[in-house]
Amino acid sequence: MSRPIAELQDIAKRIRREIVVMIGAAKSGHPGGSLSAVEIVVELFFNTMKIDPKNPKWPQRDRFVLSKGHAAPVLYAAMAEAGYADTPLDQLNTLRKLGSVYQGHPDVRFIPSLEASTGSLGEGVSLGLGMGIAARLDGSPSRTYVMLGDGESQEGQVWEGAMAGAFHKMDNLCVILDYNRIQLDGFVKDIMEVAPLAEKWRSFGWHTLEIDGHDPAAVRAAFAEAAATKGKPTCIVAHTVKGKGVSFMENNPKFHGVAPTPAEVTLALQELQ
Amino acid sequence: MPAKTKFELKLGNSTREAFGRTLVELGHENKDIVVCDADLSKSTMTVYFQQEFPDRFVSCGIAESNMAAISAGLAYAGKIPVMASFSAFVMNKGFEQLRCSVAYPKLNVKVVGTHSGITLGEDGPSQMSVEETALACALAGFTVIAPADDASCKALFRAAVAHVGPVFVRTGRPKAPTIYNGDRKFEIGKAVELVEGRDATIIANGLLVAQAILAAETLESEGLSVRVLDMHTVKPLDRDAIQRASAETGAIVVAEEHLVDSGLGVRVAQAVAETAPCPMEFVGIQDTYAESGQPDELLDKYGLVARDLAAAVRKVVARKRP
Repeated sequence: MSRPIAELQDIAKRIRREIVVMIGAAKSGHPGGSLSAVEIVVELFFNTMKIDPKNPKWPQRDRFVLSKGHAAPVLYAAMAEAGYADTPLDQLNTLRKLGSVYQGHPDVRFIPSLEASTGSLGEGVSLGLGMGIAARLDGSPSRTYVMLGDGESQEGQVWEGAMAGAFHKMDNLCVILDYNRIQLDGFVKDIMEVAPLAEKWRSFGWHTLEIDGHDPAAVRAAFAEAAATKGKPTCIVAHTVKGKGVSFMENNPKFHGVAPTPAEVTLALQELQ
Repeated sequence: MPAKTKFELKLGNSTREAFGRTLVELGHENKDIVVCDADLSKSTMTVYFQQEFPDRFVSCGIAESNMAAISAGLAYAGKIPVMASFSAFVMNKGFEQLRCSVAYPKLNVKVVGTHSGITLGEDGPSQMSVEETALACALAGFTVIAPADDASCKALFRAAVAHVGPVFVRTGRPKAPTIYNGDRKFEIGKAVELVEGRDATIIANGLLVAQAILAAETLESEGLSVRVLDMHTVKPLDRDAIQRASAETGAIVVAEEHLVDSGLGVRVAQAVAETAPCPMEFVGIQDTYAESGQPDELLDKYGLVARDLAAAVRKVVARKRP
């Protein structure tokens, strides 16, 4: 039974507020790429993925790997909202502080319910491959979802993984590309153009589709199509807006890796009512 | 008890062959073992496993970074991945993935480097590894093992797989002189005293253990009693054995087929400095890359044979306080 889209939109709005507040409290972090990924992460954790937050290590669960680990706040907020015991909602504002479970990038030593420690870009597709191969060996229906960044796609290992995913016919693996067009130093097209991304994944042998990554129905349909695709892995190229939902952060390279000031947090929360 | 009689050093299997054979035995015993390859199975000898268990053999392509992170993913999902390639490639090209995706989350991944050192021979320096021990030891939480011969490699690889956590096992290409019979028990982190001695100690691993034994025999005829320790585990070090060697023999030579300033020697020196300081000398590859040649010729040319170890012992003994 699918969860109503409207419910997910409410959750997405709460998560956007939590992202802005926790990064503001931390005084450092990556708001832009967290906000661009919200609809995708919400659909996965609150509808598509077969997970049980009360039994996080259930062997046949689906897995999510945040290869673009700097977007940790969106993952932390989603897991906190989903009710994992090791991601307490009331501690989100300890993000990046000494002793917090909410480390700067996802760290399984602090949050065992996470599927992987990430942060060094380019490693997630290969991690997902290993998880997918294990599931296949075990005859498990578990599916693995890996979220990549567009800037991250400049890492060579992404393409080693892309080649291997098609070669091993990993139809239990789905990559979601958060195509927000901005990386740390500026616009992707000015740093190292990665386009055409969909053509690249298609030519590597992946079932590839392009969607509006902020359209909840489109995101849901894409995951359904990925699950129904046999014999090859799926790459969902999700066109998104960096900083989505906060007007002064949208399409602004500054907010790739800079925290909002207290005044900016207030302003952002007014927009996210 | 350590042997006091002369060793008869005959060539046995290479340590990579010992690894490949043992991997098949372990594959029968434990269905969670999955092997990852980067197009060198016929050289690393994981081909034996592939023939026996094709479903549990993962071809990663010539892509060591991919192989390391695939291994991490397998370990996250409860498997015991064994990833193998030449030491030069698995450590140098896979290093970042071994750091961030294996060592940092402390995953149960077994990394096996074959063709270590310069005794890979004819292929030359692009394929040789003179820095794998330094790199492996730089990965926090890794256990690092460098077996000397067939029997010790079989036993120590078994121990590496039984150990829960990341392990690097360093093996070599050429046939290795037989040091042990099959009955010897080995423990990770516990050095083996092969020759008793009072005047100095040679601490060695890998192919240099045989050279250490030969050097000790030469020196015995000169009236020097030299202890030989097989320090097969580089990390964690057997600090007790090192402290005893220093306190009881008063002089230590470390010998390894690795860059002399970043391998076993510097680690032993740190342990000596922290426990019972004594004069030390170091035998290893100087600050250089080697060249093509036969393994024996290369060991000779680059100063890694019994003659060089014996010279180092004479030098360190001369430095002992009267």
